[in-house]
Amino acid sequence: MTEKKLANSQLGSLEYDPAPESASIARLKPSYGLFIGGSFSDPSKHEQFVTLNPANEEVLATVAQASAGDVDAAVAAARHAYETAWSKTTGAERSKYLFRIARLIQERARELAVVETLDNGKPIRESRDVDVPLAAAHFFYYAGWADKLDHAGFGADPRPIGVAGQIIPWNFPLLMAAWKLAPALAAGNTCVLKPAETTPLSALILAEILQQADLPPGVVNIVTGNGTTGAALVDHPGVDKIAFTGSTNVGRLIQQRVASSQKRLTLELGGKGANIVFEDAPIDEMIEGIIDGIFFNQGHVCCAGSRLLVQESIADEVLRRLVRRVEQLRVGDPMDKNTDVGAINSAAQLARIQELTAFGEREGATRYTSSCVLPEKGYWFAPTIFADVSQSHRIAREEIFGPVLSVLTFRTPEEAVAKANNTNYGLACGVWSEKGSRTLWVAQRLRAGVIWANTYNRFDPTSPFGGVRESGFGREGGRHGLEAYLNV
Amino acid sequence: MSKDDYGVKIPRASTVPSVGSEAQLRAHLAALSGVDAAGAEARAAKLATRSIKKSTKLAAIDLAISMVDLTTLEGADTPGRVSSLCAKALRPDPRDLTVPSVAAVCVYPDLVAHARSVLAASPVAVASVATAFPSGRASFNVKLLDVHEAVVAGANEIDMVIDRGAFLSGRLGQVFDEVVAVKEACGEAHLKVILETGELVTYDNVRRASWLAMLAGADFIKTSTGKVAVSATTPVALVMLEAVRDFAETTGRIVGVKVAGGIRNTKDAMKYLVLVNETVGSTWLTPDLFRFGASSLLNDLLMQRLKQRRGAYVRPDGFSGD
Repeated sequence: MTEKKLANSQLGSLEYDPAPESASIARLKPSYGLFIGGSFSDPSKHEQFVTLNPANEEVLATVAQASAGDVDAAVAAARHAYETAWSKTTGAERSKYLFRIARLIQERARELAVVETLDNGKPIRESRDVDVPLAAAHFFYYAGWADKLDHAGFGADPRPIGVAGQIIPWNFPLLMAAWKLAPALAAGNTCVLKPAETTPLSALILAEILQQADLPPGVVNIVTGNGTTGAALVDHPGVDKIAFTGSTNVGRLIQQRVASSQKRLTLELGGKGANIVFEDAPIDEMIEGIIDGIFFNQGHVCCAGSRLLVQESIADEVLRRLVRRVEQLRVGDPMDKNTDVGAINSAAQLARIQELTAFGEREGATRYTSSCVLPEKGYWFAPTIFADVSQSHRIAREEIFGPVLSVLTFRTPEEAVAKANNTNYGLACGVWSEKGSRTLWVAQRLRAGVIWANTYNRFDPTSPFGGVRESGFGREGGRHGLEAYLNV
Repeated sequence: MSKDDYGVKIPRASTVPSVGSEAQLRAHLAALSGVDAAGAEARAAKLATRSIKKSTKLAAIDLAISMVDLTTLEGADTPGRVSSLCAKALRPDPRDLTVPSVAAVCVYPDLVAHARSVLAASPVAVASVATAFPSGRASFNVKLLDVHEAVVAGANEIDMVIDRGAFLSGRLGQVFDEVVAVKEACGEAHLKVILETGELVTYDNVRRASWLAMLAGADFIKTSTGKVAVSATTPVALVMLEAVRDFAETTGRIVGVKVAGGIRNTKDAMKYLVLVNETVGSTWLTPDLFRFGASSLLNDLLMQRLKQRRGAYVRPDGFSGD
């Protein structure tokens, strides 16, 4: 055996040449209007704002800022479509439209993936392999329900609610649009969708797809804009239901504003998910699961496994392997097919992550940061792990919404459950163990809407998703997802 | 921590634990972490999406060529066919002398002497399957004699098969003792232990068999004979690479991995190289520690190599059939 072989082995020493996807596939227009009543309005009629590529801060396009009057027009179009067309359409007909939309998403998958990555900063591998296929899968799934609502368990002939106002976040722009639109349309509602201010583009491509699918005008309307547009939609008296995904603070405001109205409400809010790791867990897959749980989509995931609760007996080994694995993550150009971690979506979000991680150091946690080289332009944050975190630290209590993992330890299953539940949130948890009886014992005691066993961050349209406590209420996905859009 | 500390840490002194009894071996293997099948398959599938382009691809193709054990294991093998194989092993593409030689030719024991004489003093090794390949169903003495004859005939490497029946029925001590005895019979020759993962079926078994072979002294662990329905797969290779990594980190001894069977094209080979790169890293990215057991793979590597250089494909008939 030579001396060279005895040296430590460098992971990832085979350098991968850049393999960038082409940005021109996006075919972006310089400016976009609003999608109301089945057609795009003239952009010059609206105040415009820019949407940036967070990976290099270049302007991608300008987008219309919808005013209160625009929201009014969108709601009126939705109401008109509901009364004259969509509520008179049979389930089988609605189903055909949804199937058509699903297939068109598949046909334009590459374009949608590129647009999503340019606008959001997430790696092209994720938009290509996760966001876009799952968005299509949601339309396929609810297409199947549209003519079978009688059998969904809500009594015979359940009725739609009417006009749904839907406000979605910037972390999975297209996928969240699909989560909102597909069940609403299947159940017979019409929609006014407001995409997030920093990521409006994929929803506008989706609007083109709705045109291609010949969806009757006004069934879906898309109004872009900032928080004032969202507020106008929430306050509009012509809206029968509000569905919101986003931060707990904004969710709380929305709940206050609709409190005195007839509006129905579902909220999918923040989280501080605990990934609980027992000493008998399948270690290699568990390390991957922890990494995927917090660094998938730069940690911009409401159900991210941002707290790692690891059994004391394996804590050192797990931390050593995690640090090694974090060092291996390829951070950089989101358009490169080999990138694992992309850009932070906005300057504001980057500032929030920086503030909270600075607190983590001040509060005495041990920080491990990837030594990756970050691009000079754009919004970037190197993957980070905090060890020696205690329950009282801000980084253990507040949602960071970035690539930052807080590691805590426990000794007994009781302690693990107590620590996992010691949060105001309740969206998702993971349990890692080869012992099924213990996994079930723990799962029964966790206060969270979603619990993954020996995996994390797996999504499927057939499975309901949603939170308890300050993570919101209402379910999206599965049969349960229909309930939010039916008058039951 | 320096950048170097983030890799696979291999201790300087080699401290492979001695296995005194079957109970001790059993305890060793039982203490290994389980493998979550869905997770292992998902990880392998994710790594398979890595995009290998341009100069990386060219370098990886040459590396893959140098890692090939060019194999012929047919009843119809002849000295003539082996000669032709040896010529190809030395100069895979006679028109382009920048193409590296492959690592070894792999033949049945009766053809070892012939292969050795054709390859003469070249760096290309002669590997021979032994121990009643591929089934491993022969008496212990017959297996040892099989190894001994191949070594005497000039084999540099011995690819033995484990007794899967014994392993699956829990006679771990018997499997261990056989590997130890064969290793001894090998003398200077390197020992590759074929686990025949297609017959072990579960990833947990693959991990335990890998550790058993390494504890018993294997220089390489190898997936398959290529003679059963399921040969090498990327999740199996992943589990075996994790095993050699953890073994090196615990004992300081570095064991190689050979994937064999069903690897027919460059794209597959690239997937395995990515697995090596991201699971065990630089130390293993050498023919000394990673091999492809294959026959048709070499021509596809040569074809892709020319394609990368010329920008156009050459027809398959442009390369010799062996």
